[in-house]
Amino acid sequence: MKRLLKGGRLVDPANGRDGAFDVLIDGDRIVKVGRDLPIDAGTTVVEIPGGYVVCPGLIDIHVHLREPGQEHKETVATGTAAAVAGGFTAVACMPNTTPVNDNAGVTEYMLKKAAEANLARVYPIGAVSRGQKGEQLADIAELQKAGCVAITDDGRPVSTALLMRRALEYASMFNIPVIEHCEEQTLKGDGVAHEGFQASSLGLRGIPGEAESIMALRDISLSSLTGGAVHIAHMSARQTLEAVRFGKSRGARVTCEVTPHHFVLTDEALASPVPYDTNTKMNPPLRETADRDAMLAGLADGSIDVIATDHAPHAADEKHVEFDHAPFGITGLETAVSLCFDRLVHAGVVSLPRLIELLSVNPAKIINVTGGSLAEGAPADITILAPDLAVTVVAAKMKSKSKNTPFDGWQLRGGVAATIVGGRTVYVNGDAGLLV
Amino acid sequence: MKKDLLGIADLTPDDIYRVLETADAMREIGQRPIKKVPTLRGKTVVNLFYEPSTRTRTSFEIAEKRLSADTLNVAVAASSVLKGETLADTAMNIEAMSPDMIVLRHASSGACHLLSRICRSRIINAGDGMHEHPTQALLDAFTIKEHKQTIEGRKIAIVGDLLHSRVLRSNVLLLTKLGADVWVSGPPTLVPPGIERLGVHVTTSVDEAVQDADVIMMLRIQQERMQGAFFPSLREYFNVFGMTKERVRLAKPDVIIMHPGPMNRGVEIASDVADGPYSVILEQVANGVAVRMAVLYLLAGGVEDEAAA
Repeated sequence: MKRLLKGGRLVDPANGRDGAFDVLIDGDRIVKVGRDLPIDAGTTVVEIPGGYVVCPGLIDIHVHLREPGQEHKETVATGTAAAVAGGFTAVACMPNTTPVNDNAGVTEYMLKKAAEANLARVYPIGAVSRGQKGEQLADIAELQKAGCVAITDDGRPVSTALLMRRALEYASMFNIPVIEHCEEQTLKGDGVAHEGFQASSLGLRGIPGEAESIMALRDISLSSLTGGAVHIAHMSARQTLEAVRFGKSRGARVTCEVTPHHFVLTDEALASPVPYDTNTKMNPPLRETADRDAMLAGLADGSIDVIATDHAPHAADEKHVEFDHAPFGITGLETAVSLCFDRLVHAGVVSLPRLIELLSVNPAKIINVTGGSLAEGAPADITILAPDLAVTVVAAKMKSKSKNTPFDGWQLRGGVAATIVGGRTVYVNGDAGLLV
Repeated sequence: MKKDLLGIADLTPDDIYRVLETADAMREIGQRPIKKVPTLRGKTVVNLFYEPSTRTRTSFEIAEKRLSADTLNVAVAASSVLKGETLADTAMNIEAMSPDMIVLRHASSGACHLLSRICRSRIINAGDGMHEHPTQALLDAFTIKEHKQTIEGRKIAIVGDLLHSRVLRSNVLLLTKLGADVWVSGPPTLVPPGIERLGVHVTTSVDEAVQDADVIMMLRIQQERMQGAFFPSLREYFNVFGMTKERVRLAKPDVIIMHPGPMNRGVEIASDVADGPYSVILEQVANGVAVRMAVLYLLAGGVEDEAAA
């Protein structure tokens, strides 16, 4: 069955296209991209309203799907439902499940659940170390063969410089990156908030930006030593951005990502509107204005490669406790696109093509998966965006099993109209008035 | 005043003066042969303490009893906090029994804000983590005012573990609201980052802080801070930051020395200073009852009653 996406603005930075192009889909593939494509008999035409954007499917390379083991927070099915509702055609899921994804059995289980859900593509990320204990390497060849696209001990840093060195060396054999949760653990201590005026005034234990940048500098040095690729996860501190710029200028194989919450919010959100709102508690913490502004600058000047959500669902009762005792993390899949439009594109921080690079082209490159391109012959993973759609965030209506978002009730401009994975329409936003 | 007393941050200078004036009237009750008035008769006050406390809990309980409230103490062992019922569940259970006020002491900053969102009862913060201890700051202000008449323009030196101290935060907020010249001093490892934004002078020189001070307020040093490498030894701490007679001489001749307790003699304060002529430490304890009576009375609706009268 052929479908023709007709009209709208096609933004496909990987192929240098930005303009009025139509896309012809046959089965699960893109077969033709061009201006004013003819309509063959038997082709269903999907009229894309003017002003809407057709782009390569968005890819979130930092998601916690919580399955196996923490299904009360999220499952692969609910997490991928949230993903496609957020415009993501693929997600890479973190290994800190129960048990840890440190062997092919867990990887295969995740992929089986993803196949059953049949929504977004799921790319598991394996553990660096067995049990994420930071002692010995996991069976990385086995993980990679089973389908893992990267390795990480996310939730914590790779424990020692030596283990990181070995991981980078070993992973380079498979051309997969080591994704690092940068955190010098003695400096982080039992901190729960960014070290600064807000934490001081609220009486919360602080985590300085240097807890992140010190580890980033270690890893960038080790990347230079080994030639291995390191990807800095959820960067939050301006010092880390400086470290990444330094590394890139020296030719190190370092890339980095930032989350929407770290370029939208600051630690002032801990004090108001709701003091000690546990939905403002995440790791790394919301930092101060200078850090938030540095993240915006890094997005604008190209130092930052990727926007990823660090989607971290937690059940309501787990968050309904004292700030100190609440788990770190917020959901992100279903708010990312609207935050990116409102705070980046409409605010003039980045252009739309640059946003697509951050959300699709570069993520695909870093984890070496197909996607990020609307080339003829590529899988038909396509996101249709509505840049001017008025969106009100309603946590209760989210597809994710957990509703732990600090953005509930926010009014934002820009959203997702529809999501197509492998030629199948897996999500249509009822508010966007699109017939896909 | 608002429904709850969560912190000095929520109070206006007028609110603070109203508490201090009311406390003045309340103190007289404590001097009568029969130390009881019927003001809070029929009101139920729950003292919910998640941290051990002798002074504050006793002080609240005496204040409640002098106002004829029905009081009950719930002490939750610290060890059961993580494995037992959540704070929210405990609060909802207590709330179900319709108390009028809950006095909460908790090791986590913001715990009383959580209760405030859950409960219709009025919440009084009796110390939350490293955040605030508003009744302590109010009783300190009451004590200062008693000796110095005014707070505005007075030089007040606060010395000790600034980082972990809720007493510090509440006092800084209160004293700066009332226009005092506040100096804080402690080892750099125990200074909260950005504290100067609250309008205080920060110095590592105790002598500079104490010089010509009207009030010296000492903060407790917890011995376990040595393990966190905040300072090398109690001996060294005392040598550099301890309040000695020699240091006190740098202050104004009529300086008063305060301490929220419990004191570590020979660590943050020399015994001869703690027991010396400038010390008002026991007056602070005495004033605590009157100030807490004032807070209970005002939160129970005293303001509206007065307005109606």
